[in-house]
Amino acid sequence: MLEAPVLIAASLFYLGLLFAVAWWGDKRADQGRSLIASPTIYALSMAVYCTTWTFYGSVGRAAVSGIGFLPVYLGPTLVMALGWIVLVMALGWIVLLKMIRIVKANRITSIADFISSRYGKSHGLGGLVTIIAVVGIIPYISLQLKAVSNTVSLLLSYPEIVMPHRSATMSVGADISFYIALILAAFTIVFGTRHLDATERHEGMVAAIALESVVKLVAFLAVGVFVTWGVFDGFADIFDRVAAHPELHTLMTAIPSGQGYTGWFSLVLLSGLAILFLPRQFQVAVVENVNEAHLKRAAWLFPLYLLLINIFVLPIALGGLLHFSGQGVDADTFVLTFPMSQRQEGLTLLVFIGGLSAATGMVIVETIALSTMVCNDLVMPMLLRHNRAALAESKDLSGLLLGIRRGAIVVILLLGYLYFRLAGEAYALVAIGLISFSAVAQFAPALIGGMYWRGGTRGGALAGLSAGFVVWGYTLLLPSFAKSGWLPGDFLAQGFFGVELLRPQQLFGLTGIDEISHCLFWSFFANIGAYVGVSLLRPPMVAEATQATLFVDALSETGQGGAVLWRGRAQVSDLQELVGRFLGPNRAQTAFAAFARRHGRDGDSTPEADAKLVQFAESLLAGAIGSASARVMVASVAKEEPLSIEEVMHILDEASQLRTYSRELERKSRELTAATLELRAANERLQELDRVKDDIMSSVTHELRTPLTSIRAFSELLRDDPKMHLPDRERFLGLIVSEAERLSRLINQTLDLAKIESGRADWNGCELDLKEVIEQSIAATSQLVREKEAHIEVDLPDNLPLILADRDRLIQVMLNLLSNAVKFLTPGSGRIRVSLSHREDGLEVSVADNGPGIRLQDQELVFEKFRQVGDTMTAKPSGTGLGLPISRRIVEHFGGQLWVESVPGEGATFRFFLPFAPEQSPGGAPQVA
Amino acid sequence: MSKKILIADDEQNIVISIDFLLRREGFEVLVAGDGEEALAKVRAEKPDLVLLDVMMPKMNGFDVCQALRADPELSATRILMLTAKGRDTEVSKGLGLGADGYMTKPFSTKELLAEVRKLLET
Repeated sequence: MLEAPVLIAASLFYLGLLFAVAWWGDKRADQGRSLIASPTIYALSMAVYCTTWTFYGSVGRAAVSGIGFLPVYLGPTLVMALGWIVLVMALGWIVLLKMIRIVKANRITSIADFISSRYGKSHGLGGLVTIIAVVGIIPYISLQLKAVSNTVSLLLSYPEIVMPHRSATMSVGADISFYIALILAAFTIVFGTRHLDATERHEGMVAAIALESVVKLVAFLAVGVFVTWGVFDGFADIFDRVAAHPELHTLMTAIPSGQGYTGWFSLVLLSGLAILFLPRQFQVAVVENVNEAHLKRAAWLFPLYLLLINIFVLPIALGGLLHFSGQGVDADTFVLTFPMSQRQEGLTLLVFIGGLSAATGMVIVETIALSTMVCNDLVMPMLLRHNRAALAESKDLSGLLLGIRRGAIVVILLLGYLYFRLAGEAYALVAIGLISFSAVAQFAPALIGGMYWRGGTRGGALAGLSAGFVVWGYTLLLPSFAKSGWLPGDFLAQGFFGVELLRPQQLFGLTGIDEISHCLFWSFFANIGAYVGVSLLRPPMVAEATQATLFVDALSETGQGGAVLWRGRAQVSDLQELVGRFLGPNRAQTAFAAFARRHGRDGDSTPEADAKLVQFAESLLAGAIGSASARVMVASVAKEEPLSIEEVMHILDEASQLRTYSRELERKSRELTAATLELRAANERLQELDRVKDDIMSSVTHELRTPLTSIRAFSELLRDDPKMHLPDRERFLGLIVSEAERLSRLINQTLDLAKIESGRADWNGCELDLKEVIEQSIAATSQLVREKEAHIEVDLPDNLPLILADRDRLIQVMLNLLSNAVKFLTPGSGRIRVSLSHREDGLEVSVADNGPGIRLQDQELVFEKFRQVGDTMTAKPSGTGLGLPISRRIVEHFGGQLWVESVPGEGATFRFFLPFAPEQSPGGAPQVA
Repeated sequence: MSKKILIADDEQNIVISIDFLLRREGFEVLVAGDGEEALAKVRAEKPDLVLLDVMMPKMNGFDVCQALRADPELSATRILMLTAKGRDTEVSKGLGLGADGYMTKPFSTKELLAEVRKLLET
């Protein structure tokens, strides 16, 4: 059933489906209803990381080295989930977030653009990065070709399992992988370069890639489940059988001895760097990112994906080794050959499609990213240099740009095919992949350094990249050619010119580590050394310093657009026309109109463009042709007056001063707000105090006016009527006297209270016998008690401890309580009981009466100033309303409390407690037994 | 027929003095010791004039004044507010509530009499 027509139909159907999804995604993007505005799709699109290398190669590697294949996936896992912990090894999403910010703010289209832009929009640097990327990635692309052509060959001989022939032995015309390369090129062209986009975003492509990630995961899991439970009887069964084969058993135990921890370390580091710097990863994770919040879900979803796609690697590898033992079946093909050997046609086809997904996903994104770089950072600069006149004449260059990109795609895929023919056969899938990873890792110093170190210069980046690239080529790429017989192998063993120290894989006598770690060590040594060393040779120049600020401060709020480092003259119409040549006149028109609207320049027809507009035009162009070329193109229509380094530093200084000022202002404003709030609170407190004072004044005057009213009225009555009857006269005079006394009392007590409250009262503390004070007070009120015909009982024990207090003040309190009690007694039947008792830490005095009592709601009111509690005229006390407030303050002054207990109708009991050790009196409490 | 005057005040000595003053002038005098009592006595006895203290227990003078003015049957009753709180706001509040006159304590007996007579004549 699995004949060629079926395979071709299935493949074309699948590719057609992808294309439909991409077309739909693009359409939705045009309508503004993005299909990919989902963190899940973002995370799935990152899984383009998993290529045929994962799909077929991980099983192959596991079959050889057991769990050694894991670091390739562990690396990114750590980057995403534990990035900050292993910051040194794997850079983490903090770097990713910063890259996304920088890319969005500067309209960067690729990793070459990123590095070139950082170091002053340098053409040379962008070109170098592009070359490294292309050369580095070509083995990787050839790996995909190898995998797809192998699987096709395998399937064509179905149901026999025949290992494919070596392509090198056939003519190109008969080689199936050549046609696969061409089909992939065509497919990529229709996929990624249908139109030119200023933002360089391909929403449709991302949607299709996300779908591919699902397909390859489902296919791989299906094989895994089939092998583990269909062919064998679960994980335990496989491991049990393997345990019976001593030569296989070692695969399950930790790290294979040959590889060592250095190898592990290198692989984790490489994988971590690859996730950030592989052109396709940069494309999907950074350039295509719609919303940086999506990073959050990707941080766990993407590692989870990697975990899932790896769960069955070891079971399939071990199962394959058991199953195909001695049959010469390549472990790289186990994923496919397993279902084939079981005659599972449906599953076999699913696996083939899954592998196709992994390959097409990688090839599409990678070649689109590379073609963008080739176009923007390699070809355009050359055209600008050598053929500017022709460019200037052309009205619409977008067709030219698309042509360059399409050509680049074809060339890159053909180069991939060439590498496949030359070297691919000698290596397993994983080894080829690692060669690419090591090349891409060379971007790390210049890129990460550029994001965090202002001192990095163009020269440093050029030197570092070149050095790292050369060492990589010498220690990994050339040996890969040599091992495949394309180069004479002598220099591997003897070194160039027979110098042993120059042996590519034992450089300077470094031995005992695997070739990847070896390459990584020497290339990073050269790369970082040259980058830092050359950068330190001279301070950054104008353009470098400007870009350094934009990149290094990308995460700070004011880092972007703080200073516009451009001065010169340009016409708006020239700029618009220039942009229109690359993006099409309509798009340019729309973009310029939107810019004017955003900056409130609607209807402003000034022909002169300001620095902001020039920058805007440049960023529009940067999206299409890369930042370096954009700068050159803009310079062709704008007369820039060069800024000296001093001026730039001045502008940057001003900007940073402005930032400092604005921070200072913000701080001041916050302080002011706080101060205002405090002032308001203080003012409210003052007003409250004022109100209280006002109320007290009002109360005091009221209380003073009342007796005065009586005094004046009686006096006038007496004055106006000399013949008044004697009894009236005497009665009125008596009332005048008592009201005058009340007035004096009121004045005295008001002053007394004011003194106590303001802390200016005199206190004469001495040790005193409370019993004596009480007896003295009772004696002083005996006349009052007799007048009311009341009975007074005392319960005053002897020999109680002495109290430290003011004798006169305590007598004042007692007199107040006693006279209050007497005042409310019913004449004739009144009883007062005074008692003194010893409490644990002080003495308590109570004065109880059998008067009307005080309602519960009034029991605290009686201690407020001028609050006399009485219901009727007869019950209205003739007091001042200050006695109890004063008494309470006196008792509190000596650390005690004064309160009332009462049941209305049964009398009231005022109690006060005085402690032996009053807090108010320093010097300790007198304790006399 | 002598005019009937109600003295509403909780301050006993003030009541005694005004009572003596008004009786001497030939008025018929009633006394109330708090706001509620005052209101009840006005309704029961229909005095011609009420001398109304502001600070009284149970119901203050303003509330009494308001209640009296709300009763159409008592519209002829004159109200003279007496208060020891002489602030302008108090005066205008009393007059706003419908009092006919206002005197601040302490007052001159002559002025009080003059005010009483004036209110009773008109």
